Amino acid sequence: MTAAATAPAEPLARTLFAVPGMRCAGCISKLEGGLAPLPGIASARVNFTSKQVAIEHAPELQLPDLQSAIAGLGFEAQPVRDGGLPADKSESRSLVRATAVAGFASMNVMLLSVSVWSGAEGATRDLFHLLSALIAIPTVAYSGRPFFRSAWNAVRHGRTNMDVPISIGVLLVTALSLFETLTSGPHAYFDGAVMLLFFLLVGRLLDSVMRDRARDGVTALLKQRAVGALTIGADGKTEWRAAEDLAPGMRMIVAAGERLAADGIVESGTSSLDLSLLTGESAPRRADVGDAVHAGTLNLDGPLTVRITAAGADTAIADIARLMEQAGQAKSRYVRIADRAARLYAPAVHTLAILAFVGWMLSGAGWHHSLLIAAAVLIITCPCALGLAVPAAQIVAAGALMRAGVLIKDGSALERLAEANRALFDKTGTLTLGRPVPLDLDRLAMKPVILALARASSHPLSRALRKALEREGIVAEQVEALVEKPGFGMRGRYLGLPVSLGRPNAAAPGLATAFTIGDLQPALIRFEDGIRPDVRPALGRLAELGLESSIVSGDTAASVAPVAGQLGLTAQTSMRPQDKLDAIARLSAGGAKVLMVGDGLNDGPALAAGHVSMAPGSASDVGQMAADAVFMGDSLAPVATAILVARRTMRVVRQNFVIAIGYNMIAIPLALMGLVTPLVAAVAMSGSSIIVVGNALRLRGAAK
Amino acid sequence: MNGLAILIPIALSFGLLGLAAFFWALRSGQFDDMDGAALRIFVEEGDLENGRPEGSAHAPADHLR
Repeated sequence: MTAAATAPAEPLARTLFAVPGMRCAGCISKLEGGLAPLPGIASARVNFTSKQVAIEHAPELQLPDLQSAIAGLGFEAQPVRDGGLPADKSESRSLVRATAVAGFASMNVMLLSVSVWSGAEGATRDLFHLLSALIAIPTVAYSGRPFFRSAWNAVRHGRTNMDVPISIGVLLVTALSLFETLTSGPHAYFDGAVMLLFFLLVGRLLDSVMRDRARDGVTALLKQRAVGALTIGADGKTEWRAAEDLAPGMRMIVAAGERLAADGIVESGTSSLDLSLLTGESAPRRADVGDAVHAGTLNLDGPLTVRITAAGADTAIADIARLMEQAGQAKSRYVRIADRAARLYAPAVHTLAILAFVGWMLSGAGWHHSLLIAAAVLIITCPCALGLAVPAAQIVAAGALMRAGVLIKDGSALERLAEANRALFDKTGTLTLGRPVPLDLDRLAMKPVILALARASSHPLSRALRKALEREGIVAEQVEALVEKPGFGMRGRYLGLPVSLGRPNAAAPGLATAFTIGDLQPALIRFEDGIRPDVRPALGRLAELGLESSIVSGDTAASVAPVAGQLGLTAQTSMRPQDKLDAIARLSAGGAKVLMVGDGLNDGPALAAGHVSMAPGSASDVGQMAADAVFMGDSLAPVATAILVARRTMRVVRQNFVIAIGYNMIAIPLALMGLVTPLVAAVAMSGSSIIVVGNALRLRGAAK
Repeated sequence: MNGLAILIPIALSFGLLGLAAFFWALRSGQFDDMDGAALRIFVEEGDLENGRPEGSAHAPADHLR
């Protein structure tokens, strides 16, 4: 930590970190109380919902300093770009405002309406209608905007959606009620109009909140594709720069365990790199002086100095991003179930209303009375329950899935999950854990000493070893004079004997480390990327649900074969991102709805192209951004759970449709006969909405 | 009727007052961290003074970086 006295005049920098490890009130106080007293830090504020901590600090404190300060408190932290309020967050905000206004208005208008229904007459009734109009008209103008905007968009492009009948209904009813008020008529439907808006806005809000919650979770998980690097100037001064400030020609130092932030050529140092995010290859690749290295790869062994050749949009990653963009277009064309229902529903409602108007005109009722009945038909058939039916069921299901460890990004993801009938899995990091797991630990002697050595290093293999040993309940011994030699490993002295844990001398196959004590023969500890727990049962459940699974991997046939054999799956190997896209396109052309499960950058395009896609929580941020759902933890079981819950959800949604439409079946004849007074409309509307929400709540335990 | 002339404006202004209060709370960020707010009641004022915790109560989430 560079100490810095903060003069109050100096402007403070604000840095945001994602801290996925916070779980309780203790973590909040530990983070805030631990960071605030540190020199150079003015304040730290935890946002537990998004699992982030915002630190106000002196500008000379750099990212790595802050990160190590948080690490000192026992939390892993990744810097997050602070973009203020993201666009969709502000969408939720404006929906909350619109809902609040509509709620206030519908309560007060209802208050006035009740007195009218209970027999207010003459001047009093007119006054109450006038007051209702004064409340309702601004409300319709303000709270109705989301619907008017989307309806206008649909009409302009010659389409129709739920919002078209809603907008027409609300506007027509408001206009007619105003006319009634000004002519001292008996019936004003202001309460119906604002209540309809209120219920529909609640549905919209639920939808939007669900997206926000999942996005918060994903943001909290975001792995960095190294958001920056330590650069060395010509004078040998090191400076931390964010990824977007890196430029070709700069030199950056990449420590062991860090991801590269840009493409470049190794100038000094040797190490091995994990390319699995980029290519799906699980075997580490050596990197020596003069080798080209790519952004997004993970440096495993020793520090490297890299001369940057391409940064930002010119890296190999950016090509994959472009592929992804093209692949994702099919997904954006997906029509959600509510809109599909609206395609049938909206014309039917419009036709009925017009028929009602024409019918009453022919029977000589006069245009005013006929219009009133047409408006009553519109408002009673307005898809209030329909507008709630889908989001209510989906948010309850999303909550249940979240408790089961699956983050669903939005409602359409749930709908597409329910339709999936074919599953494709990436291998590295998806079927396997994507991190090394030590083998044959039971044959190992001197575990307490090994743990003491492993604990002191941040090398990925050391960390894997530490976790495995700590899980066994091993307690570390005292080891003196611990030093880490970059590129080799840890050394120390135990009971006077030299001990070391580091790179094996012999060329060991795959990942391995060697433990030496005194001058005895080194003990080789081999590592392998282990298969996730519960893969078999999860694949079995998927098969029961009618999803045939297979593997698409960028790894070589030799390394995929054991996994495929163990799980009894067919596999396609050595696939580039484009090949995965083609495989999905072929399956889709054959009528399959593909669920793609993958984690790496190389899966990004496939995740975007699949009918629906899932990524593990350990995936790269590109993978998590492209996927429709993210599942937490090591187990693969949540994938099958998600499909099951999605199908249950769609069943409830369909039931809700039936309930809502059943209501209309009863109400429409009454409306056509002109028997629907504002009171009947209000009761029908709130009654059906409550039943639909109640039915949705049955999904609470769906993921158990 | 005279009673109404007084009572209705009072009722409406109270409602508007509540609406305004809600908007103010929304703008001042009181709804930004609902889960955190629920947990902060367990944070003792004194808790914020001990710096480095002895042995972290939770192993931080482990990721292969």
